[in-house]
Amino acid sequence: MKEMRYDSVVIGGGAAGMAAALELAGRGLSCAVVEREGHLGGILTQCIHNGFGLIEFNEELSGPEFAERFEEKVRKTAITPFCGTTVIEMELEGDEKVLSCVSSELGVVRLRAKAVVLAMGCRERNRGNIRIPGSRPAGVYTAGLAQRLVNIEGYVPGKDIVIIGSGDIGLIMARRMSWVGCKVHAVVEILPYPSGLTRNIVQCLNDFGIPLYLSHLTTDIYGKDRVEGVEITPIENGALMTEKAFKIPCDTVLLSVGLVPENELSKKMGVEINPMTNGPYVDSSLMTSVPGVFAAGNVLHVHDLVDYVVEEARRAGAFAAEWLSGKRSQKEIRVKAGPNVRYVNQSRIDPARDNKLYLRTLIVKNDAVLEVKLNNKVIRQARKSHVQPSEMLSLSLGPADLEAALQAPDSTLEISIL
Amino acid sequence: MKQGSDSFDVAVIGAGVSGANIARRLSAYELDVALVEKEADVSFGTSKANSGIVHGGFHHNKKYLKARLELQGAMMFDRLKAELDFPFERCGIVVAAMHEDEMRPIEQLYAQGVENGVIGIEMCSRERMLELEPKLSSDCVGGLYAPGGGIVEPYRFVFSLVENAEKNGVRVVKGFKVASARREGERWTVAAADGRTIKARYVVNAAGLYADEVSRIFGGEEFEIKARKGEYYLLDRLTKCKPERVVFPVPTSVSKGMLVIPTVEGTVLIGPTATTVPDKGDLSTTRVELDTILKSARNMIPSVSETDVITSFAGLRPCLEEDFYIEPSKKAPALIQVAGIQSPGLTASPAIGEYVKDLLKKEGLKLVEKADWDPFVRKVPRAKDLSPFELDELVKKDPAYGEIVCRCERVTEAEIVEAIRRGHVTLDGIKYFTRAQMGRCQGGFCTYKILKIIMRETGMGWDEITKRGEGSSVLRGEL
Repeated sequence: MKEMRYDSVVIGGGAAGMAAALELAGRGLSCAVVEREGHLGGILTQCIHNGFGLIEFNEELSGPEFAERFEEKVRKTAITPFCGTTVIEMELEGDEKVLSCVSSELGVVRLRAKAVVLAMGCRERNRGNIRIPGSRPAGVYTAGLAQRLVNIEGYVPGKDIVIIGSGDIGLIMARRMSWVGCKVHAVVEILPYPSGLTRNIVQCLNDFGIPLYLSHLTTDIYGKDRVEGVEITPIENGALMTEKAFKIPCDTVLLSVGLVPENELSKKMGVEINPMTNGPYVDSSLMTSVPGVFAAGNVLHVHDLVDYVVEEARRAGAFAAEWLSGKRSQKEIRVKAGPNVRYVNQSRIDPARDNKLYLRTLIVKNDAVLEVKLNNKVIRQARKSHVQPSEMLSLSLGPADLEAALQAPDSTLEISIL
Repeated sequence: MKQGSDSFDVAVIGAGVSGANIARRLSAYELDVALVEKEADVSFGTSKANSGIVHGGFHHNKKYLKARLELQGAMMFDRLKAELDFPFERCGIVVAAMHEDEMRPIEQLYAQGVENGVIGIEMCSRERMLELEPKLSSDCVGGLYAPGGGIVEPYRFVFSLVENAEKNGVRVVKGFKVASARREGERWTVAAADGRTIKARYVVNAAGLYADEVSRIFGGEEFEIKARKGEYYLLDRLTKCKPERVVFPVPTSVSKGMLVIPTVEGTVLIGPTATTVPDKGDLSTTRVELDTILKSARNMIPSVSETDVITSFAGLRPCLEEDFYIEPSKKAPALIQVAGIQSPGLTASPAIGEYVKDLLKKEGLKLVEKADWDPFVRKVPRAKDLSPFELDELVKKDPAYGEIVCRCERVTEAEIVEAIRRGHVTLDGIKYFTRAQMGRCQGGFCTYKILKIIMRETGMGWDEITKRGEGSSVLRGEL
């Protein structure tokens, strides 16, 4: 079995992995990227629609174009990509992390590194996760699988479609399936508001006249061998209106009911997971509970935009490089999700430097205020014209904001939406 | 045997766990045997969706045939595991009493177990129960322990039995739905819905849920098989609630209750419910029943969490009377009825094979042992079960072992190809053979890869690929 040693190994060659690796390599560190697919780019390669890169490149790119820009940069560096390679085990040996990886070309190789960046992305929730009752016919797919089949493999999974869940991939697929000549009969959402971005509701549903049923639960998928339809039931004041249930005939059900960070590998090596995000708890340097193991992108928490992913991943790469050079934070502040905030990533920040925080609200509200308290004292109030759970919020805090924490022995930062 | 001939000594109808065991047992003799199955693959009926348990031998009184076959069958699994290629483990079974009132039935089960000769059966105090199964609720007041009970992958068991039967000359005919039967002289002519026919001197009716229909077609006894549905939840292999042993509640008069099962492949199964349904094709799950399962499982093991749920599914028990109905038909000549094989059918199935072989002998079938009978099948290495060193060696021999197709259950391309080459060409067949699509993403990532491998290996077109046979096409168009 071959062994190779690098300063750092990045697991996952999607947007996050490439961005983190570029930072590491840019600081003169040797870096390997392990990617299970045959090429870099991750899920971007099947996202052939536009809307990527508005922040990062100040222009609108397709997913493959966005990925390609990063891939070109990777090729110009000394980064070693291991494509078609899957990490099967990760162990700690002293301060080294040992990753056993398998590929058809190399067999099993062991990569050793002091720093590891987790960038494995996320997976789609499936029917079982949300317990949709009914029969088990062919024709029930996650939206991402349908996207792969249509955009890369060139197959149409079905003709008459109902989409369950209003996540972004589902919305994008509603438009895509319409474009390839399918009839999308409905998008069904259990919540009273959409789970996807507003721009996708407008561009992918409204523009195609596809009805969106908010506050509706899918109470049955029927059909013996192939899907024949779904039954959906309105929810009013928290109660299921069984007598108002109705059926929509279709041959295909696509699920877009949320994403889950893929942390099975992380869990196995002892990384502690935040139940609110399903991603690792990270400190001010995006380091997980295992020293030298960092996390960024959708494996840390599910992002709306790839632009945010690469921003976060760049910081993770830079922090990993600093950590390898021996730099440690002198002081950290605890970060707490206050009223109406589902989570704040990360769970600690360093008052001596510039910090960028991402958070998600629990509520839908116009004219909201994002309030930041340091040791119960309000240090910032920012007006937000509209907040909703599907749109991630960000916040920058620097030493000037956090000065009070530098003197205090123990500080807590609380972020709320009012 | 006469290659390509459509005339057999014995035709076994139904390639579930009973039919597969009967066919494999008969394959040891100089006989021409056909195993016919109406579905696209074997083990696609009751045998695909059940608890996957080798029972402990204490649930039923020895006056029943099913209890005797259960005890005998349970003892046969170690040898079968050595000969064939299916996961099986004797992890032991506990029955947990959650209330003092439940200790009385526990005592009765214990007495029955002792009477049945169950090896190592033990009455347990609360402390002993919690030592045996630390995940149990502290409310547990005591219980029963049967160390010989175990867990098995039922479809892999059937696949392996059928593969071995085929290796020893049994003809397996899939997609053959028996439509009519005619007795001419000493021979049955059995016709399928699609017009194919086979001839056989003896017929074994092991048609599971449809054994009543098959009996009627042959002019045999009139009876009605009722489908009693059992719903299950499957939990992620990383769940914290995984017990060391199969955990049973104290049984009721209708069923053995809802269990918490550590499956032999590392996931956790909870269920089943028990509801009689009018439609024998009704494998739907319901919201209400699934809630019942969670509640019942948590009563015994409080750490059962719905966030660990990967999927739910339902199976149908072919219910007839209290006991199995395995005997020669009194109305139709040369027909052996094997009906009403509900729990503990899987456990009893190897003994059912023996029993039916003996019945056929009594009915005049001449049994001459084959000199060259080979009880073994070639075991397929599974990447999931290998150390990195072993996997490395394997990839050097077959690079397809380095191509991980299903990340959740760590299934390689080599294993998918192996499934296809052994005749499993539907998505479900491949799933049961390899576990690909069975993990936490439920095929979200690997389905398209499997579709491509099927097309490449079989030459099938995209429009020929199904989930589990006719009508269940996966794709509906090409761009």
